[in-house]
Amino acid sequence: RVTGLGLGPSSGNLVVVVVQLELVTVRDALNQAMDEELERDERVFLLGEEVAQYDGAYKVSRGLWKKYGDKRIIDTPISEMGFAGIAVGAAMAGLRPICEFMTFNFSMQAIDQVINSAAKTYYMSAGLQPVPIVFRGPNGASAGVAAQHSQCFAAWYSHCPGLKVLSPWSAEDAKGLLKSAIRDDNPVVVLENELMYGVAFELSDEAQSKDFVIPIGKAKIERPGNHVTLVAHSRMVGFCLDAAAVLAKEGVECEVINLRTIRPLDTDTIEASIMKTNHLISVEGGWPQFGVGAEICARIMEGPAFNYLDAPAIRVTGVDIPMPYAKILEDNSVPQIKDIIFSVKKTLNM
Amino acid sequence: LPSLITPLPHFLHTGATRVLMFQRTSTGSRVVVASRTYADFTPQATFDIKKCDLHKLEEGPPLQAVLTREEGLQYYRTMQVMRRMELKADQLYKQKIIRGFCHLYDGQEACAVGIESGINRTDHLITAYRAHGYTLTRGGTVREIMAELTGRRGGIAKGKGGSMHMYAKHFYGGNGIVGAQVPLGAGVALACKYQGKNELCVCLYGDGAANQGQIFETYNMAALWKLPCIFICENNKYGMGTSVERAAASTDYYKRGDFIPGLRVDGMDILCVREATKFAAEHCRSGKGPILMELQTYRYHGHSMSDPGISYRTREEIQEVRSKSDPISLLKDRMISNNMASVEELKEIDVEVRKEIEDAAQFATTDPEPPLEDLCNHIFSNEPPMEVRGTNPWAKLKSIS
Repeated sequence: RVTGLGLGPSSGNLVVVVVQLELVTVRDALNQAMDEELERDERVFLLGEEVAQYDGAYKVSRGLWKKYGDKRIIDTPISEMGFAGIAVGAAMAGLRPICEFMTFNFSMQAIDQVINSAAKTYYMSAGLQPVPIVFRGPNGASAGVAAQHSQCFAAWYSHCPGLKVLSPWSAEDAKGLLKSAIRDDNPVVVLENELMYGVAFELSDEAQSKDFVIPIGKAKIERPGNHVTLVAHSRMVGFCLDAAAVLAKEGVECEVINLRTIRPLDTDTIEASIMKTNHLISVEGGWPQFGVGAEICARIMEGPAFNYLDAPAIRVTGVDIPMPYAKILEDNSVPQIKDIIFSVKKTLNM
Repeated sequence: LPSLITPLPHFLHTGATRVLMFQRTSTGSRVVVASRTYADFTPQATFDIKKCDLHKLEEGPPLQAVLTREEGLQYYRTMQVMRRMELKADQLYKQKIIRGFCHLYDGQEACAVGIESGINRTDHLITAYRAHGYTLTRGGTVREIMAELTGRRGGIAKGKGGSMHMYAKHFYGGNGIVGAQVPLGAGVALACKYQGKNELCVCLYGDGAANQGQIFETYNMAALWKLPCIFICENNKYGMGTSVERAAASTDYYKRGDFIPGLRVDGMDILCVREATKFAAEHCRSGKGPILMELQTYRYHGHSMSDPGISYRTREEIQEVRSKSDPISLLKDRMISNNMASVEELKEIDVEVRKEIEDAAQFATTDPEPPLEDLCNHIFSNEPPMEVRGTNPWAKLKSIS
């Protein structure tokens, strides 16, 4: 906990303002979210590999099995297609499962259950059969895990109607979005990030409340600015903020938008920002072709913000290759802060 | 007198006991030609049924089944409705009023009706795409099933789902991806166990699907967690155009659950199916975990309406099953030869059923298609109205829950 001191208003007296801020890692924020929702609604349960007795492969579910037991926290065999299907069936029959994929790379084994059994069912049944399920787990690049364990699935899942797709960055995002996802009566994919699990953020009083939820489908402006709009999700939001700090020293003020939700995309917030800054750069860790940035650019082209652009909208993305192993190669396979700075300067013709 | 009698009998049930059979003469008056009392009919009889092959079970279902007259008439009627409904669908498909996929169930009626008679209405059931029969037994009406096939707003899924995506209370479809319904069914069973309501889930798949990996993953988890799940393999000998011998290294589908006890059942005998289902349900409800049933059955139609069904099997084979093992005929013969119903009475039922199907088909062909306004609805549950992008950027369509 951090207690802060502040100077009071202009009366000249020193006023001590005590502000309670909690420093919470993304991991703990996710843990809190699940704990609170498990407590709140007995239909909620968690299943996945190592979620119970191992405390979670990445310790996200630490302590939950001890608190809630075998009925609510279920260790599964290594059977993604099977247990994802079981989770969807349980959702159809009235429970509210959280289905963890150890990483989203393994969700490919089960993707038929996510799309064909979960996402499409409410529509196919004309509203008779809702599927209130959350699929969560780490997504995208990690550190040194090579090609089969580093893919970003934001574009793949966001392509499909019937799904909501969330991508938290901060601890507040993680907690509020996961709680919203669990309370949502529809299939929600929550794309976490392994490299963010250990990063601590301030959690406001409001965010510490057991009823704190972040609305799905609304982006957040993390840093206002006038010269260029940077749109990102997940870990890249942090990179954009770092780039913005460097650029600020040169007099360039970036507006950094944290998408929070990939599907449905908050086009309104992006458009409003472009109408102010006249420049757009989307930043993502995933591959460029048919990616999140491609969709953002297409929407801007088709909407009112196009007329406000002073330069083509561009994308900063992961390199279009399978992820290599060697550190120097891996580091150069995802956007770095210098790539964002370079792209801003190019866009602004600096 | 015979020359005066026109050949259309009808029945008058007087009071509770007497059945009079009338015929109209050429002068228009009615003549009693036969008189039967209900006291004449046997109220119930016991039938020997085939012994089931067992896997990892000490004992199986009983070798005899009791059938009451009421039950018999009800099973007969339901199977006949199912049969005629499927044949009508065949007709409508050939007239191009039904489009896309249409997988017909005729020949397999004893499975659906037998299973339903062995479980409770509050139990759960899920199957694959050959689902019209189960939609009926689980509470769908013929009208709304047929209207779904013809894609009208009166369809059970408002025309949004079609043949493979029909749903009802405690019936989870109708699933198009082969084998995917099996994990789903185990999930429903998990919910049953979790919620402690002593309900179970019947989870059906075919001989073709039996080779899907996800089914083996499901066997493992269902057994591990003792889920109240009856896995049922409807073995109709062909997965699309591939016979069981060409698809499976082991065609003993009732043994494929390995550590899960199994039984092989004559799927053409409704009493056999019913007794086996009751046995299996008892096994699940007693907390022993999952059980597997293989129903040996047969489909008269090809895999779907696009498959004539004779390139991989002979007409003689189909004809042989029809004449020797038809489920409806088997029940009818049993009832007639045990004096549980009269030929005329069953014919009456046939006439009623035909009319019911005609009415339903009439509805299904005249009900309007869903309104275009419905296009984007039902994406999300419990959601405020939202906008959906149409085919071009200016097309902003409305979507409500």
